[in-house]
Amino acid sequence: MNAALIIIFGVLLFSMFLGVRAQKGKDMDLEQWTVGGRGFGTVFVFLLMAGEIYTTFTFLGGSGWAYGKGGPAFYIIAYGCLAYILSYWLLPAVWSYAKQHKLMSQSDFFIKKYNSPLLGVLVSLVGIAALIPYLVLQLKGLGLIVSETSYGKISPTAAIWIGVISITVYVMVSGIHGSAWISVVKDIMILAVVLFLGIYLPIHYYGGFQDMFQQIENANPGFITLPETGQSAAWFSSTVLLTALGFYMWPHTFSASYSAENPKVFRKNAIIMPLYQLVLLFVLFVGFAAILQVPGLKGADADLSLLRLSLQTFDPWFVGIIGAAGLLTALVPGSMILMSASTLFAKNVYQVFAPRTTEQQVSLLAKCLVPVIALIAVYFTFKGGNTIVTLLLMGYSLVTQLFPALLFSLFKHKIVTKQGAFAGIITGVGAVSYITVTETTIGTLFPALPQAAKDLNVGIVALLLNVTVMIAVSLVTRKTKSTAADQAA
Amino acid sequence: MKLIHILAALPFIGLLLGIPFANKVTPYLFGMPFILAYVVMWALLTSVLMAIVYVLDKENKREEAE
Repeated sequence: MNAALIIIFGVLLFSMFLGVRAQKGKDMDLEQWTVGGRGFGTVFVFLLMAGEIYTTFTFLGGSGWAYGKGGPAFYIIAYGCLAYILSYWLLPAVWSYAKQHKLMSQSDFFIKKYNSPLLGVLVSLVGIAALIPYLVLQLKGLGLIVSETSYGKISPTAAIWIGVISITVYVMVSGIHGSAWISVVKDIMILAVVLFLGIYLPIHYYGGFQDMFQQIENANPGFITLPETGQSAAWFSSTVLLTALGFYMWPHTFSASYSAENPKVFRKNAIIMPLYQLVLLFVLFVGFAAILQVPGLKGADADLSLLRLSLQTFDPWFVGIIGAAGLLTALVPGSMILMSASTLFAKNVYQVFAPRTTEQQVSLLAKCLVPVIALIAVYFTFKGGNTIVTLLLMGYSLVTQLFPALLFSLFKHKIVTKQGAFAGIITGVGAVSYITVTETTIGTLFPALPQAAKDLNVGIVALLLNVTVMIAVSLVTRKTKSTAADQAA
Repeated sequence: MKLIHILAALPFIGLLLGIPFANKVTPYLFGMPFILAYVVMWALLTSVLMAIVYVLDKENKREEAE
């Protein structure tokens, strides 16, 4: 047992202690368990939502993108800003409707708005399909962090099992209260670690930020800007827009908004979050610092750049702190994902087909599903191979397909019918799956288009198809409904 | 279109439409290549703009009065 491992396990045990302690003195019905009794103020909602945003993907993936791709990684800072602006109006509207109707999950929202439990089943299944790869990603990151920082003493396999058992236990015991408390520990640690690494490493190895960027530019001209083709400016803009629209569509992020005590919480967060997410800038600095120091990490191994550079630079005890911070970036989102997926399945899929189930039974089923979903994710983690990033991007494209139906449901004038919403989501999800499986790009679909149009994120096509079908089907179903009403009259 | 909506639209214009014009390394600003400094500047501006929106927004005053 080296110093790094002692620290990592110490932090793990401490956060479990906080998580288990958090539920004391609260009656854990489903509303307490999933949405914290809707009593969380600015600070907690801020931490919860930030907690879900700063995941292992940003910790390892953000530095990995800077290391492997350079300029295109800047999109990670841009999309959050636009998402927070949208949240200023979107989340208060979602929140007040959810409170008024005592909603618990994202699917409840669609069920109530469109008056269709079957639409809720569809939304739940899309959500679960998107969440599983997201959870797999957290577990894989967890495995990398623990095994790298243990200097190879713990295998990634053992690390994943340790992580998954910890997540499962505290999610089952404390629900969202556990996540909120662990968010506090995690955010303090991640902030300190990332700021330190992002400032120390460029100065230590290059003498300063500009020196670092100049050396990278000399070694590889054009690397720190967007390329002419491929991940070009057109790719940047379309990806930033799509990701911003999908940002709050993840079932766990959407339903975390229910836990706020009033809508002003979100409006205040829209001011703070753009600043808070600048932490990511320092994650990018770490990735850039690694380029000339630990060269040669290819493909998926780029995700190791932060850890490898840390191992090369610091003593084991400090590597332990970095590892512990990374561990928490996997645990918090991992627990939120597990909770959302199990609540969705119990309440919005199972209960629809077995309507006689009581609330207590649903609550029990949701808790029992936690280890089941955890095991499914473990299965994919060991089986998955290198396609994790593809899966995450697919997950993002999947949840983005829920955005049009949500947006139209918020307008006073109801344009979209439940059939329209259903058909639109099916079309969008079908298009995303087809595009992902066949690796289609706009360039392969329309070879004659100018280069800028070819570089657009192909998710735009799926979204346009989604909206077109949604409106067309809505017009048809609306018409038949009104003629049927005419005939009846 | 109210003033607060125009203010909130500015980062969309800056980040989505402005990026092709900002796509260059020099001049370096605060040690960062120009394109990165440009994105970071918009993150800071977003926060400032949303603070102005918050102050101007009548919704927040209405809820305070309640």
